[in-house]
Order: sequence, then C-alpha cells, then structure tokens
Amino acid sequence: MSNSDHGENIIEVSDISFSYGATQVLKDITLSIHRGDYLGIVGGNGAGKTSLLKIILGLLSPQKGKVLLFGQDIREFKDWSKIGYVPQKVTNFDPNFPATVREVVLMGRYGRRGLMHRVTEEDRTEARKALEQVEMWEYKDRQIGDLSGGQQQRVFIARALAGKPEVIFLDEPTVGVETHIKDEFYALLRKLNEDLHLTVVLITHDIESMAHEAMHIACIDHTIFFHDSIDAYFKDSHAVVHPHP
Amino acid sequence: MFDILHYSFFVRGIEAGVIVAFIAPLIGIFLVLRRYSLIADTLSHVSLAGVALGFLFGVNPMWSAIGVTVVSSLGIEKLRTSKRVYGESALALFLSGALALATVLLSLGKGFNANLLNYLFGSIVTVTQTDVYTIAVLAVVVACVLFALYKELVYISFDEESARVSGIAVDRINRVLIVLAALTVALSIPVVGILLIAALIVIPVVAALQLRKSFLQTLVYAEVISVFSVVTGIFASFYLNLATGGTIVLIMLIVFLLIMAGKDRP
Repeated sequence: MSNSDHGENIIEVSDISFSYGATQVLKDITLSIHRGDYLGIVGGNGAGKTSLLKIILGLLSPQKGKVLLFGQDIREFKDWSKIGYVPQKVTNFDPNFPATVREVVLMGRYGRRGLMHRVTEEDRTEARKALEQVEMWEYKDRQIGDLSGGQQQRVFIARALAGKPEVIFLDEPTVGVETHIKDEFYALLRKLNEDLHLTVVLITHDIESMAHEAMHIACIDHTIFFHDSIDAYFKDSHAVVHPHP
Repeated sequence: MFDILHYSFFVRGIEAGVIVAFIAPLIGIFLVLRRYSLIADTLSHVSLAGVALGFLFGVNPMWSAIGVTVVSSLGIEKLRTSKRVYGESALALFLSGALALATVLLSLGKGFNANLLNYLFGSIVTVTQTDVYTIAVLAVVVACVLFALYKELVYISFDEESARVSGIAVDRINRVLIVLAALTVALSIPVVGILLIAALIVIPVVAALQLRKSFLQTLVYAEVISVFSVVTGIFASFYLNLATGGTIVLIMLIVFLLIMAGKDRP
C-alpha cells in the first residue's frame, strides 16, 4: 500500500467491531493514520463513519478490537492535546450561547491546562495565531452566534488549532455550507496540511470533494472496503463503481 | 432612611441576601446554558423534604436541607446519566417524590404551622447569626470551586463532546456542578423561600443573556441584576410590608422585562 511511504503511524485501529444493541455498526475495522496524512473517511448515512470517529476519539468504546493513539492504548492515553476535534457544528452548538469568537478559541487551550490555571499570555498568543491562520482575527470580539456558518466553521477550526494538535479530526465539516465557502474551506485544510504539517482526518459523505482534496481515502460501509491513495482509488474500478455504498 | 440598619435582624437578612444573591447567578449561568434550569426547581422541592426532616428530629432545618439536597442531587445525576429514564423524567420523579416525602414527614411531626411558611416563602427576619456564618462559609466554598473549574465548565457548557475529547473529566465536573447547585439551593431558603429559589438562580441569568455579551460580561451583568434585586427587594419589602421573597423575584422579573423592552426598541 502506498500508505507506507508516509511518516510514522500515529493512530492505529485494529479489528474494531461495534454495535448499538443488536445493530452492528462496525465490523472488523482496521485502519492506520500516518503523520502528515490527509485522509478522507467516506461513507453514506448510517455507514458507521461517525461511530468510528467517536471510537478513535474515546467517546465510544468498541466491543472488540484495539485503538492505539501515538503508540499508546486509548484507555491509558492522556495526551489529548495532541488531538484536535472539530465537531459537526450544526448539531452541537447553541447560537445564543454568550461567547465571543476569542472566548470560543481560548476553549481550545483549556484541555491542556490543569485546574485553577488562569488563562496565560501564551494562551492568548496561541489563540491569536490560530485565529490568524483561519483569517478570522478581525472577528475576535463578535458573538459566535452572529457569524455565518462558514465563519463559525473557521472559528471551530481555530479552536482546535489553538491546542496545538498533531492531528485534527473534522466531522462532516461541509454539511450545509455553500459551494464557494466549501472551496475556501478545503483550501484552508490543504494549507494546514502542507504548511503546518498537520495530519488531517475528515469524515464526510462527499466523495467528489475528497477525491480532489485528500491524499488517501478510506471508504466505509460498516467495514472498510477500500483504503489507499487517491490515485489507487481511481484505478480501482470496484471502488469507483460504488462510490456511495 | 437607613435607621432600619440599626436592627440586627435586618442587617443579618441583608448579609444573607447579598451572599446568596452573589452565588446564585454563578451557578445559574451554567445550569441555564446547559438546559438544567429545572434542576434548581427540583432541588428546591427536595430541600423541603430536608427541612421537614429537620423539624421532625429537631435539627437546624438548614443543615438537614443541605444534607438531603446534596445527597439527592447525586441521585438525580446518576439517574439522569444512566439513561434509564429521560433527563426531565428524572427531575419529575425527584420533584414529586420529595414533595410527597415532605408532606408525610410534616404531618408526622405536626410541622404544618406558621414556621413552615417561613421556609416556603422565605423570611429573613428568622435568619440567625449561625445561619449567616453557615451561608457565608458554604458560599465561599461554592465560589472557590466554581472559580477553580470555571474554564472547564464554560467549555462543557458550550460543547460537551469537544470538552470530553480535549481530556476534561466531564462526568466528574457535572457531578460537582450539581452538588454546588444543591448547596446554593439550600443556602437560599431563608432569603427567598423554597418555592422561589429557582427564580433567584435562573432569572438574573436569563435577563443578562438577553444582552448578548461575552460569557464573562454576561456573568457580571447577572451578578449586578441579582444583587440589585435582592437588596432593593429586601428594603422595599420592609418599608412596604410585603413578602420579601416575592418582592425580590418580582423586581428581577421587572428588570428582565425592561431589558427585553429595551432590546425591541430600534
């Protein structure tokens, strides 16, 4: 597999199975994510991609299998600041929440601070840098709920970046976002991946965009039926014939 | 006009009132933003069972209310997170269960008397010096813990899932929050009474939220509204001979309506 010509394995999922009650959602999933990769995990509704993400993030526990984060078993993993997460904003966010853009981005620094720690100068600097990276610094004092969907998305990415992660996970980031905003958004992700050498993992149903953007692609329909480089994806007739399982 | 301050009972009432007015929005902002407003209501009814227990066994009702409310708060959180019943059903179970227990305990101890009304509707004239000390010490504890967990609570309130991914011990902090809510409820009994505690915790925050400010500013505005309403409410109730708790809550509601009206103006 062409995966091997990339950096070290930072995330290894081996032989994961997961069910909600009697419904099997994931079966025998094995997947490695390499440092510097830009991976699209693609699947239709109910294919299990969000469950897989939640397992990797420790929000769900699989009934079978093992997850290693940076070489450590997920149950013992403590260094969560290495992992950035951009949730699906539409479902997770109250537009009336009283917070400015700057306050939201500072939250990205909270996980790495112990209790009683006040916000430091370093926190403020990192928050500023993150907002500049997504070109949202001038909006710092605006209410998060007053921004457009695309702008909120950038702020959430800045929040993830503020924690200085090594890998960033995004859950369906382009749902409900207009096409031109979507293009800008993918350009931003490419910049983060290439310039900051950030590992990017994107969960999406949008295989067309992924085919242009990601370096690797994993197609999932309860189990992974294709995982390789984009080039290989186009050569593999089976995968191309069934892009939406 | 402040010759009333020569009366020690009045001073104690003001002291207790200001302390409670200060901590109620601190806890309230997190409860309101997490859609937990009804927990304040439930815990206040639970505290009545605590008061009834105090009557029955001749213990200071504030102490028995604190004990019962804190223990029940942990029960509510456990039932809620077990997902065996819906979140609001857990609240309904505890609210009505506690009220039923309270009425039975009160009838056992012949507690249906004028003294009970002081607890139901608040009566700052009955606040003893010991009560003021208890309220002060526990309020300091609540404020310190909230200060220590402030960042984490803000993050959890905004986005619980991301907070969890960032390594914050969400479940543990949720339990701490509900215990602090229980303490705040029990401490508020003498000032506004069991039946109006939820208003004290919820209304100043809801009013401040209308201003659409940053998190910190919202908190400061809620504090100002809360302390202003409690102090003016206590004075007004004395001079106009009105029920203190009700006067305080009505002032809060007027502030809320004024903010709403101000917002609607172009």
